[in-house]
Amino acid sequence: MGRLDRPGLLFALIGLAGLALPLVQFKPNRIVLGEGVALWSALPWGLPLAVVLAAVLVGGCWRIGAGWRLAAALAALVALVLALGASAGHLTPPDNTLARVSPATGFWLATLAFALMLADAITRLRPSLAMRWLLLGLAIGLVVAALASGIVDGISVMREYEARRDIFLREARAHLLLAFGSLGLALLVGLPLGVALYQARGLRRPVLSVLNILQTVPSLALFGIMIPIFGWIAANVPGAAQAGVAGIGVFPALVALFLYSLLPVVSNTLTGLNGVNPATREAATGLGLTRVQVLSSVLVPLALPVLLAAVRIVLVQNIGLAVIAGLIGGGGFGTFVFQGLNQTAMDLVLLGALPTIALALVAGIALDLLVEATSRRPKGA
Amino acid sequence: MIGRVLLGAAVLFLLAFLLTPTSFAWLFQPFTRNNAPAIYTQTPLWSLTLSHLALVGMAVVASTVIALVLAVLVTRPAGREFLPLARTVTAVGQTFPPVAVLALAVPIMGFGAGPTLVALFLYGLLPVFENALAGLTGQPPQVAEAARGMGLTPRQRLTQVDLPLALPVILGGMRLTAVISLGTATIGSTVAAKTLGEVIIAGLLSSNTAFVLQGGMVVGIIAVLLHEGFQTLERMAAARTGLNR
Repeated sequence: MGRLDRPGLLFALIGLAGLALPLVQFKPNRIVLGEGVALWSALPWGLPLAVVLAAVLVGGCWRIGAGWRLAAALAALVALVLALGASAGHLTPPDNTLARVSPATGFWLATLAFALMLADAITRLRPSLAMRWLLLGLAIGLVVAALASGIVDGISVMREYEARRDIFLREARAHLLLAFGSLGLALLVGLPLGVALYQARGLRRPVLSVLNILQTVPSLALFGIMIPIFGWIAANVPGAAQAGVAGIGVFPALVALFLYSLLPVVSNTLTGLNGVNPATREAATGLGLTRVQVLSSVLVPLALPVLLAAVRIVLVQNIGLAVIAGLIGGGGFGTFVFQGLNQTAMDLVLLGALPTIALALVAGIALDLLVEATSRRPKGA
Repeated sequence: MIGRVLLGAAVLFLLAFLLTPTSFAWLFQPFTRNNAPAIYTQTPLWSLTLSHLALVGMAVVASTVIALVLAVLVTRPAGREFLPLARTVTAVGQTFPPVAVLALAVPIMGFGAGPTLVALFLYGLLPVFENALAGLTGQPPQVAEAARGMGLTPRQRLTQVDLPLALPVILGGMRLTAVISLGTATIGSTVAAKTLGEVIIAGLLSSNTAFVLQGGMVVGIIAVLLHEGFQTLERMAAARTGLNR
């Protein structure tokens, strides 16, 4: 106890607003607008839960240990998800298959408040690297458990998923293929290109400016321009159409993402290699290592953190940009986003947007941890 | 020098194309099939360009103002408590895909320019905020010493020393925000915002490559111009600080 905690005060304001606003929206069917239902009327045990959650928020305004905060925020998040799932069962009349219950502003605001509280607690605890891996694993585990246990099956997004389980799995595979495939291609081309530019100083400026301009082309246009190019290849290059190349589909999207990935990979390879102490390089040459050996056993390992940082940028960027592939028939979660926007079925939009965000978050956090793990090694090792 | 000539040529070409698009029909004719129109005429290109730029401009200005205020607040003694959290939130927030943010704004805002503006604004906050933080906290300790030695009040130090020194980095953040917004705004036309994306989407729907190319070309040229313009401003601001960066 003691003085007020300002961040805690902010979280309490956001969270209390969230608790006061409707937790869920009840809709007679999936398209129409529904009416909001607050936490206390959405559930038989809604009122006690609202009181407990409010108490946690108000309690967080005082200076209490970060460990307690972390535990309380985590428990509150779990409770919110449980309440969301249970309210679907409670509000939907039995044997009514049309009615939809979807999370509303109150749920998102309350979730934001407790997620901020959690992030704040983790930041204050300054956990070790191993601990942060553990927390990431725990978070993924909790989400998977919530989805697998069927607690939230009554929620509209999950109903959309249930209706197109096979398509979802196919689009998920397509999304991963787009994001990771383009990353793989970019590494395959970008790393040698970066090394080549490291050796040939004169070429650096022209190559980097071309890649820079590529990066500024808006994604929608780049994806669109790929379609006729690949359509032409499919029509005019013998064997291309048989190999599955077509104007519409995964290839144009993959190449567009690949082009976007080149700049981060090439420029970070250069930065990483340039960042190696010249003395280290000279020592390696002095030891009688060949140029290839110097590169593979000295320069690349030392530049690894910067290279991994490029992988992080590219992966997070491409997971997001792969959504646009949905517009040009390239598959991925974007298919649901744009279908949903066309049908004004917001649950379908969520079905595409939520996995994309989750994927980008996990990739971003995991690679940040990897970058930190590799850069902690003693310099010159 | 060659760069400047090319940029000048790009500006002239862009203006000529926007003012009299039909006189460039020959350029796009080869990309159409079945006598489809070569130039998008449903809405004049210049008006789409203006509303596109207005959307991006409003978003960039709004996110810059708010991000700067927030960055100044969390670097003052009263707001220091928020600094670690603010760093975490910006790092995590930037992993949110802009398209997903746009899609999620629709249920709250409805269709039209509203959700696009909100998505652009929210997403634009982060690069400016991150760079402003870096600029305001990353100054050499001698600068703070000198400012204190000169007897500057904290407010004077902020407006006369810290902000001018951080200006190049802040402009760098604005450049990122502007270029990302410009690209994301094209996707805004899928939620019925009036932007140049409309031309590209029309091309995709009617498989008319000429539309895709002209929409992409206009946005692409503007993006390059914005990029170069901000970099020139950054260099000028950096030269004024007198620090070797």
